[in-house]
Order: sequence, then structure tokens, then C-alpha cells
Amino acid sequence: MAERERSHTRPLGGVFVAHSQVLTSADVQRALTRMAHEVVERNGGLTDVILIGLQTGGVPLATRMAEILRQIEGAHELAVGSLDVAFYRDDIGLRPVLPEAVTDVPVDLAGRIVVLVDDVLFTGRTIRAALNALNDYGRAKSVQLAVMIDRGHRELPIRPDFVGKNLPTRREEMVDVGEDGVWIGILEDR
Amino acid sequence: MSGPQHLLSVADLGREGIAEVLRVAESFAEVERRSVPKVPTLRGKVIATLFFEESTRTRLSFETAAKRLSADVLSLAVASSSVKKGESLRDTVETVEAMGIDAVIIRHSSAGAPHQVARWVERAHVVNAGDGWHEHPTQALLDCFTVRQVLAERKGAAPEELGVDCFEGLRVLIVGDVRHSRVARSEVLAYSALGAHVTLASPGSLLPPSLEGWPVEVAADFDEALSDADVVSLLRLQAERGSGSFVPSLREYTAGWGLTARRVARLRDDAIVTHPGPMVRGVEIASDVADLPRTVVTQQVANGVAVRMAILFLLLGGELPRVAEVPDVA
Repeated sequence: MAERERSHTRPLGGVFVAHSQVLTSADVQRALTRMAHEVVERNGGLTDVILIGLQTGGVPLATRMAEILRQIEGAHELAVGSLDVAFYRDDIGLRPVLPEAVTDVPVDLAGRIVVLVDDVLFTGRTIRAALNALNDYGRAKSVQLAVMIDRGHRELPIRPDFVGKNLPTRREEMVDVGEDGVWIGILEDR
Repeated sequence: MSGPQHLLSVADLGREGIAEVLRVAESFAEVERRSVPKVPTLRGKVIATLFFEESTRTRLSFETAAKRLSADVLSLAVASSSVKKGESLRDTVETVEAMGIDAVIIRHSSAGAPHQVARWVERAHVVNAGDGWHEHPTQALLDCFTVRQVLAERKGAAPEELGVDCFEGLRVLIVGDVRHSRVARSEVLAYSALGAHVTLASPGSLLPPSLEGWPVEVAADFDEALSDADVVSLLRLQAERGSGSFVPSLREYTAGWGLTARRVARLRDDAIVTHPGPMVRGVEIASDVADLPRTVVTQQVANGVAVRMAILFLLLGGELPRVAEVPDVA
């Protein structure tokens, strides 16, 4: 069984023990391609669109989606950023919450169409924090959400606009999106 | 698990801890570059600054940091407080704690005062903002942060990519009134924890009475040491602590130990000059030298806010809720 270190939110984390594969890396690439087409279709092109990947899982997906979008729409100037929501989380003080990386939002978001990209949508609390964080970079015209996996168990009224795969899970399970595709498993204590 | 409750000394952090502070501080430096440099992270927390000794930049810097984290800030002006009526430090601290204040940032002219306060408090976090000749940990941390920033800029890399490996083997020369300097003590601990070589250059009368156990060398020849240094950390001659009586005259001090234009010419092209402020131009640093691009005093002040945000966040934000203990019933 695949085993890998996973520091979900530092300094917590543990060893992710994968049980079964949900998507292969080729499946992920196909899903990203479809979602990229949907983004173009929804927005009638890429004018004013900026992709923002959420640290850490969403960042590589945003980069890959941007590559696909540039192929679809030609050599379009497409802004890509990354966002760390640690300072906006609602569980500060309930568990250790530390930033993973420095946020990089390269442009003023006023009037922009922001496509947030994340690997797994679960409770929705990360996205809630991300929406608050985005506010501090200007008033976006609209914010859309693209996720590779929607695993359910929402705790807030948040829904994705673009989904790679809907994956019913049990709460205690864990979904990991990596280079080698999407795996479902559990997080064991180190 | 929970992080450390207090920041009293750089020694509390160690290499890993310093690396973590610098890493988190980069995220806060990004917050500071925004048009609205404020995050809701410490909403509802109350932070009090207790300064029993005068300060401009440290106090402003801590208060700015706390406000940018959305904490509420109380600043106790000791001159107009009950301390003047004879209230003891312990009673002042107990008053503060009884009000449910989450963190106390304390500066005191007596070494060890913050440690003593930390023993008295039950739940509040204590941050040492300078105690006598002892330590000034946040100053040393922001000096490290600034040095790394300059090194990264020269490499065209992001500071966080450098980690703390860039300090390995770095030659740091600390110049001046080491005896009375809390900044020097914290810098020695911080730089040496990160693997830098620290050398002191100071008139014998301004060296501490004993250097036993300190990971430092003493420069035999100041001018020669200058030509070797990667970082020159200048200290202020602390007239308020009686430094004046340790040197024959200010002019003689400047001639022997001041960073004059003539001495700057000995520095390597890429040497960085730091000063914790306030600078006394014409004494430990010539006015022209203070304005050179290699002198990073304004960057140090600017970085102070991000570093102090990181400290406050790591102490107050990383904690787990305190579970009320149920007393045993006999």
C-alpha cells in the first residue's frame, strides 16, 4: 500500500496510508482539461480571468490548468497566483495553524474573475477563509471554485463550479491528490 | 501539542525555532506589502505593552504588529500609571492578568524582569522587549531576517528559499559597547545558533567581565577584522547606562572604534552594516556611512513589524485551548 508523509496542516499531520486509487494521473490530466474547457466556456474566454491555487494542494493544479488554458486559448496572458489562508482560518487557537508558503497574488483583483483552484473540497472552511482573504486584495467581479475532488461533508453553504470528480467518502477517510493520481485512505499517527 | 508560552530569550528558540520565526515572518511581510495590510488572525486577543523604559521603535513596532493582526492593544504608560504610586511589578502584572489580557510585552531596565513576570503569570504570554543588559530577542531576530533578505536579493531568490543555511559560516562582527548591550547578547545567541562565526570588536573596558561559555572570538585588530566581515553589527554607546565613563572621551572612542569613512573603505564590497537604532551619528557611525546603501537600518525597522507579527502569531495563534482542570475533591 502506498504510504507517504503528509503534513496536512503543520505541525499536525501524519502518515497517509492509501487504500485504493480513485484517479490515475492520466485521469487527473483529463479532468483538468475538461475543467479548463468549462472555465473558458463559462467566462466566454479568459478576459480578466486569474487562477489562484490554494496552498498547498491547489497550487500545482492551478499551474497545470493554466498550461492547458494557454493551449486552448493560444498564447493568452493568464495571471496565476497562490494563496495561503492560514491567517484567515476559523480554527486558530483550536489547533496549530501555520502558513505553508508566502501568498502571491500578482495583480489587483478589482474587476477580475477569480478561479480558486484546490485539490479537495471537504468541509468548505478553507474556501470560506480563502473568500475572506481574497477580499483584502480588491473586490473581484466574481469568484468561481474549481476542485479536483468534491468529497462531501460540507459545513458551510459553499459549492464548487468546476469538479474533477465527486467522491462520496466517510468523514474519517482522507483523500490525497498527488503526482501519481488521487488516492483514498486514512491518516495514521506518526 | 502547544508551542512555547513565552519569548524571553533567543535561547528559547534554537536553530529550528529561529528558522520557523523567519519563515512565518515572510508570510507577514507579504501582508505588509498589501494595500490593506491587516489580517483578522488575532481578533479578540488583548495585548498589553508594559514599557518601564523609554523606547520609540520597539514599542511602535510591537503595537503596529499587534494591530495588523487585529488584536486589541493596550499600552501602559508607566509614567502615568500606579507604578508611580509605588505599585510593585508583581501587583502591576497581577492586575494586568486579572483583566484577561492574553499577552504582555515588557521592557524593563532590570535584567531578568520578563523571566520573573513569566513565573507570575498563569495564562498570559510574555514577550521580552528588552531587559537591562540581558537580552532583546526580537531585535536579533529581525537582524537575521534583514540579513537574509539582503543575501536573497543579491542571489535573485526569495528569502524563504534560502532557509537558514545562508547563515552557515557567515562572519559577523559585533562592534562597540558589548558590555551594556542586550542586542549584542541576543545577536550572539541567534547568529551562532544559525552557524555563523561571531567576533566581537570592542575596547577592553566595554567587553563583558567574562566571555566564558560565549561562542565568540574577540578581534585582536579591529581594522583587520573589518576586512573579513560579511556583516558588521554596530552598537550604540549606551550613555544612559554609564558607558561614557568606560571610555576616555567620545572623540577617542570614535577614533578607535567608530565606523568612519576611512574604515568603511576596508570593508568587502558586499559587507552589510546593521545598527539596532537609535544611531548616534558621529560617535559609533559616521553620518555618511549611516546613509550608505550597505547600511540597512531602515530595512531593519521596516522588517521589525513582520518579525513581531510572526512572534505574536506563533505565541498566541498556535496554542490549543486551555482545558480547565477539575480540582480533586477530597
